[in-house]
Amino acid sequence: MKKFITGNHAVAEAVRLCRTQLVAAYPITPQTPIYEKLSEWEATQQLGGTMMRMESEHSAMAACLSASLTGVRTFTATSSQGIALMHEMLHFTSGCRAPVVMACVNRTLAVPWAFWSDQTDSLAQRDTGWMQIYCENNQEALDSVIQAFRIAEKVLLPCMVVLEAHFISHFMEPVDVPDQGLVDGFLPPVHIPRRFELENPGFVAPVVTQSQYRTFRRRGQQAMEYALNAIEDLDEEFGKTFGRRYGLVEAECVEGADLVLVTTATITSTARVALARMREKGLRIGLVKIRVFRPFPTGPLRALLDGASRIAVIERNLSLGREGIFCSELKSALINGPGEHHIQGYLAGIGGTDVDPELIERIVLDALDRKEPTDGPVWMTEEA
Amino acid sequence: MMPEVESTRPKEILRPGHTACPGCGVALGMRMVLRALGNRAVVVVVPSCVSVISGPFPHAAADVPMFHSAFEVAAPTAAGISRALALQGQEDIPVLAFAGDGGTFDIGLQSLSGAADRNEDIIYVCMDNEGYMNTGIQVSSATPRFTWTGTTPAGNTRRKKQIMEIMAAHRIPYAATASIAFPEDLTGKIQKARDMRGTRFFHMLSPCITGWRIGEDTAVKVSKLAVEAKVFSLYEIEDGLKYTLNHQPRDLPVDRYLEVQGRYHHLKPDNIAVIQAEVDRNWEELAKRATRNPRD
Repeated sequence: MKKFITGNHAVAEAVRLCRTQLVAAYPITPQTPIYEKLSEWEATQQLGGTMMRMESEHSAMAACLSASLTGVRTFTATSSQGIALMHEMLHFTSGCRAPVVMACVNRTLAVPWAFWSDQTDSLAQRDTGWMQIYCENNQEALDSVIQAFRIAEKVLLPCMVVLEAHFISHFMEPVDVPDQGLVDGFLPPVHIPRRFELENPGFVAPVVTQSQYRTFRRRGQQAMEYALNAIEDLDEEFGKTFGRRYGLVEAECVEGADLVLVTTATITSTARVALARMREKGLRIGLVKIRVFRPFPTGPLRALLDGASRIAVIERNLSLGREGIFCSELKSALINGPGEHHIQGYLAGIGGTDVDPELIERIVLDALDRKEPTDGPVWMTEEA
Repeated sequence: MMPEVESTRPKEILRPGHTACPGCGVALGMRMVLRALGNRAVVVVVPSCVSVISGPFPHAAADVPMFHSAFEVAAPTAAGISRALALQGQEDIPVLAFAGDGGTFDIGLQSLSGAADRNEDIIYVCMDNEGYMNTGIQVSSATPRFTWTGTTPAGNTRRKKQIMEIMAAHRIPYAATASIAFPEDLTGKIQKARDMRGTRFFHMLSPCITGWRIGEDTAVKVSKLAVEAKVFSLYEIEDGLKYTLNHQPRDLPVDRYLEVQGRYHHLKPDNIAVIQAEVDRNWEELAKRATRNPRD
């Protein structure tokens, strides 16, 4: 059924449709409407599961982790300071191979204090062993949560679905909310290891030696490699059931392009509009959207971009002292390829500032004109 | 036929070969708590001596499903398991968390408070050895005044935090102190708690051989002196308000407890007088609130 809803509401719908058994959460703007909507449904017996109203995000992840290890389907949502506070437990959850699903609504990290969209909060969790999916719109947010449960429970790693503050969390769009029967067909009842069975008592997460530690890390890496295929396969299956597919990456007009623009999340939608206009004027500009950040889709990106000589990356995040994080990741993914690339990083929308089609056109023209790329990022602002 | 004494002895959950220091008060306490609880339970441990005693991979010192969670989340970790078991129709399986005094009085206090506020269906046992002993004897907010530790070489300047009053203020169904020197009292309280629902809290004074500078064969004796000198009283608090004293102490002077511990050897007579006055004041306050109902 089509509903006109916010991205937060869409995420809550997915959590309900996935028959999530335990939700442990703590309020933080701009995630809170997810927590409130699920509470409302719990109060009116529409949720099915249990809610734990925690005293912090750190404890919320601890409860999701231990409940997941007991064998139930768990979810939490957070943003910004909340995910920063959770950081320790994020490592813990992936180390325990617990398939917890979380929505992270991207918000600026303090200081300075602010409430706007910025991807640095989730990207700063890059090395925690969580899979990360970046959503372009409300529909993709809903669909990605459903996919995330299936992926996490297959791979046995936790999965983060990332949506931007306001642009997705609070903006309303028509969203197809699938029938319960369709979701049940795609996502079977939870069947994950129960680690605390009385008949088979063991000690989960004891202290290990150096070489045992290395073995566990290697297995985690193997799981991430396996996840690349699992995400593709399940996306294909999702497409057959729901008629929508997203992939690890998405590309348009890359073949023979003079410049390929690489984007993530909501900036992609704006870029689609800007590039359509520019193509009408005869410019040959391709577009690649990176949807899955962990595991990083090196293979698919190389297949698309090994032959691209000129690449521009636009992003709403910054690793201070380096550049936009997707730009660094893309450069490292392409370095062993046969082609030579000029890869120029652009920071646009930092602090949640607006990125309109005109700004993207300016970036494209700048990138086409440049003789040599700069090693650091180019800052783009709204005013020409 | 098995001898009668063997058939009536309760099953040990903590196995021989665990990795505690010789004579450890925490290991004795774990053994008694787990024996009273039985192995139809799930147990959470967090970084502390307890997590070390529980064994390195792939060994397990206890014959019960156990999870080693993060330092500051013993309570919400146990709560997550308890909620999940209930969702699976197994709400009759008790979930017990062991944490040290650092994990309870200090870094885990917020998450413990949250769990107690929600009245999560868990048994929480604080093994209080009055300092960060697992990291090699540093001060915590459970360390008594004037005590030597590695980070208070001239003696601790702070008083010991009153954790039982903090827990009582949450109005949880059950909070109790227990001691390895009073095993019947301890066993009875654990079994009473096991058959209740909601948040149940235990404060166990647990002598540390190395940190307290005491002999390997003295953990029980020192625990007994703590109780008889009123440094650590045995009592229960129901619903945060109903105090019951379980043992009438012999009222030994506090020095009898202090003098056997190397961590107090630097004390001067006026320090001891201050400690005695504080012990007396705490006892008076407790006696005012409590009715007497000895378990032993």
